[in-house]
Amino acid sequence: MTEKVTAHSSSAPAPARSAPSGLQTGGTGGASGDRVFSGLAYGAGGLILVVLAFVAIFLVTESLPALWPTVFSDQDSISSADTFLQYVLPLMGGTIIASIIALIIATPVAVGIALYISHYAPRRIATPVGYVIDLLAAIPSVVYGAWGMVTLAPALVPIYGWLHEHLGFLPFFAGDPSTTGRTLATSGVVLAVMILPIITSLCREIFVQTPKLHEEAALALGATQWEMVRATVFPFARAGIVSSVMLGLGRALGETMAVTLVLSPGVFSLSLITSGRNATIPSEIALNFPEAFGMRQSELIAAGLMLFIITLAVNMIARWIVSRHKEFSGAN
Amino acid sequence: MSANTMTDDKPAAQAPARSLTAGQMPRWVWSVTAGGALAVGAGLAAVLGEGFSVAGWAIFSAVLFILGMYVITWRVQNRRRAVDGLWRNLVWAAFLLALVPLISVLWTVLAQGLPTLLSNPGVLIYDMSTTNGATDIATQQDGARLSGGFVHGLIGTVMITLLATLISVPIGLMASVYLVEYSRGGWFARAITFFVDVMTGIPSIVAGLFAFAAVQLFITTFIGDGPAQLQMVKMGLSAAIALSVLMIPVVVRSTEEMLRVVPNELREASYALGVRKWRTIMKVVLPTSISGIASGVTLAIARVTGETAPILVTAGFIASTNWNPFSEWMTALPVFIYRQLVNPTAPSAADPSQMRAWAAALVLILIVMLLNLLARIIARAFAPKKTGR
Amino acid sequence: MAKRIDAVDLNVYYGKFLAVEDVNIKIEPRSVTAFIGPSGCGKTTFLRTINRMHEVLPGAYAEGEILLDGENIYGPGVDPVNVRAEVGMVFQRPNPFPTMSIRENVLAGYRLNGTRMSKSDADAIVEKSLRGANLWNEVKDRLDKPGSGLSGGQQQRLCIARTVAVEPSVILMDEPCSALDPISTLAVEDLINELKENYTVVIVTHNMQQAARVADRTAFFNIQGTGKPGKLIEYDDTINIFQNPQNEQTQNYVSGRFG
Repeated sequence: MTEKVTAHSSSAPAPARSAPSGLQTGGTGGASGDRVFSGLAYGAGGLILVVLAFVAIFLVTESLPALWPTVFSDQDSISSADTFLQYVLPLMGGTIIASIIALIIATPVAVGIALYISHYAPRRIATPVGYVIDLLAAIPSVVYGAWGMVTLAPALVPIYGWLHEHLGFLPFFAGDPSTTGRTLATSGVVLAVMILPIITSLCREIFVQTPKLHEEAALALGATQWEMVRATVFPFARAGIVSSVMLGLGRALGETMAVTLVLSPGVFSLSLITSGRNATIPSEIALNFPEAFGMRQSELIAAGLMLFIITLAVNMIARWIVSRHKEFSGAN
Repeated sequence: MSANTMTDDKPAAQAPARSLTAGQMPRWVWSVTAGGALAVGAGLAAVLGEGFSVAGWAIFSAVLFILGMYVITWRVQNRRRAVDGLWRNLVWAAFLLALVPLISVLWTVLAQGLPTLLSNPGVLIYDMSTTNGATDIATQQDGARLSGGFVHGLIGTVMITLLATLISVPIGLMASVYLVEYSRGGWFARAITFFVDVMTGIPSIVAGLFAFAAVQLFITTFIGDGPAQLQMVKMGLSAAIALSVLMIPVVVRSTEEMLRVVPNELREASYALGVRKWRTIMKVVLPTSISGIASGVTLAIARVTGETAPILVTAGFIASTNWNPFSEWMTALPVFIYRQLVNPTAPSAADPSQMRAWAAALVLILIVMLLNLLARIIARAFAPKKTGR
Repeated sequence: MAKRIDAVDLNVYYGKFLAVEDVNIKIEPRSVTAFIGPSGCGKTTFLRTINRMHEVLPGAYAEGEILLDGENIYGPGVDPVNVRAEVGMVFQRPNPFPTMSIRENVLAGYRLNGTRMSKSDADAIVEKSLRGANLWNEVKDRLDKPGSGLSGGQQQRLCIARTVAVEPSVILMDEPCSALDPISTLAVEDLINELKENYTVVIVTHNMQQAARVADRTAFFNIQGTGKPGKLIEYDDTINIFQNPQNEQTQNYVSGRFG
């Protein structure tokens, strides 16, 4: 691209300034280059919008036969259940429960680590810890899944036994405790490990932006470190923490391989410690899509559409919280 | 647990007291509490759990230590110091707790994968086309040499990732150039920013479904909808499209950030020399921010290299090597790991499949870590020299 | 090649905000003209309209005419890029390109435009421009070192060399010494005095002594209050502005009563 236009002004080492009307457009090198380049930039931006529109359109088109089988297919009903809702609601339930388990475990730990890096750790430890957290984020999900299946699941079996023995009156811990550990609860723990680095790094970014003046003002009034954190860091970062957690939730909802590898799926159940119960939308798709065709394929794509809508809503709420609080946060 | 680090405690915020040193706690209280917690924790772990376990011991000791320090500080000093210490200990505990899965994951992969990789380096150069149930049973029962490998997965991953990079880097780069250099905050720019945010949150499996649906729609519309044509949908290119959907927002975000930190003074200096805008962008703005952009792109590559689900639904999996991403199924390394774990080649003799899977997992982690390291090195080594002011 | 500048009924806007109102001024070739005035009075804004740099900012535009030897740079079909090749600019803070060596920085106006030239031509331009900027002796042994490694004053002279290298007819300087120490300032002021042999030089400065030292003519801009547009109050030979101003506002400003 550069070469072509270069040729224009290659004649002399004098600047492009040909006598009387040298200020007019044209002639001198690259005026059209400007138009081409800005056109490319504009086009690339537009392409992103087009792609996203296509994501929505294609997903809807391909899932219509499952959503309204009587209208958009030659069948009366979908193949896995009577109606699409009957099919997808239990899957949604499993997806949401696993994600909530992950959030309950990951949020306090992640906020703690973020606080550790931003306010507690000595400087020479804080930086390596940041790297370690990034490292956690970099490990591929299939590896987490394999780890959950081989290492974590057996390790959790005695805990499930204990929970069932002592808290079995709660519906979550009713039912036969799994002997393999491949349950929805284990999936939730793996998801927790996976979203931990995301929430941590988002929270850390916000914590370190706390105005130094506020912190020093609190310390100068004789506050202990914890009192300083509670009085200055948390109020400053509240919206940020909530939105980080929402973004983590979005990631947990869509995570596929870890759950697929860990969970031994089955029908929906409130019992979290039994194998062969529950499934999540992503793992349902991953398990069945490779062999699916026709109506089954539409069902799975429709389930994917539901997942898309849920994660979209979660992510948009997170962004909305951030934008709503931006003007109060004092960060710039 | 956190023995040495905890003593580094700065005597930072003093409790208000008449004497500045009043209410100080001697250092030995700390070590005594820690020792006591370890001892009692060992006892509790042995009694409460069925049999003694290191994990139980660590958990009980930590809880005892945190509670003990809280009570003792409250007694010796005051409640505010006790609460401060409690949260300090909890924050430390959160950090140590997070190290557990990290170490466990890395240890599992190393312990399971390294022996195979060392004793059977052939997994790096063979694919699975000559491996079947019989060879695996022979390996497991008669100790025959491990057959097969995952070179086809490596090739697939490289081809698909390369193609995805070729698609998403130009689009992402130009889109961020538009956002930073051309847009003036109109609706179009706001829409792009918003939808890039939305794209960041697309679940990877949905990206896979999208690519599949898009390619299927394209093929049935323009080529035909017979069984042979439907077979064409699954190929490396479909997977690359899926990965691009995941990659573009990452590239846009990081590039945008990098372009925004290029000082306006440099653009103005270039304009003032009578240089056109596109040349200013190409020769001043982009070269100045190239290290940041390259490092962002490398991180985006690292992220999609580990993706499994979108490739599984778009490129499928095969046992033989396929160099052509534009036709036929293609196996990627993560998909290989997944398939070997879930559907072992010989269901009755799963060990060889597991060995190959873990060796592949180790290689995959190494690739991703190297990419991350590379990104850091690029960002640091090629950063433009500071102007000295 | 120095050219005369005439501003005719010039109004400068940022969006709806009128920043500079109704400027009429004639700037002679081969002279140094200083713009002085309090902060926010529009002197920098006006300076940036002379090479159409102000319109780089979103929403900024100008009405009226600026004639360069009689040719209106705001006329129809005029390409701002060509205007800027004709009217060079030196900025407040030295801004050499960080990715380029000293030599490449001097040649930036050619290199960035993709102009090809022989090595001997390039060497000639580099030496001539650096000599013109009184920098040659200091940097001739390290032309391939990064330009950002120089001191602030050297960087600013490098930026002047870069501007001179493309042979403009006018050089605009926006407070070129405000980020420099007194010794570097002296070096740049000496340079400005030499530049007027060949160029029309217009300089914005906050420093009245500097205006008195370097400028042949001085224009005083003022603003009546926040939100009001800046105006050209008085324009005369420098000696008259400082010793015998006609306008009371100028009198107050140069005697240090405000600003």
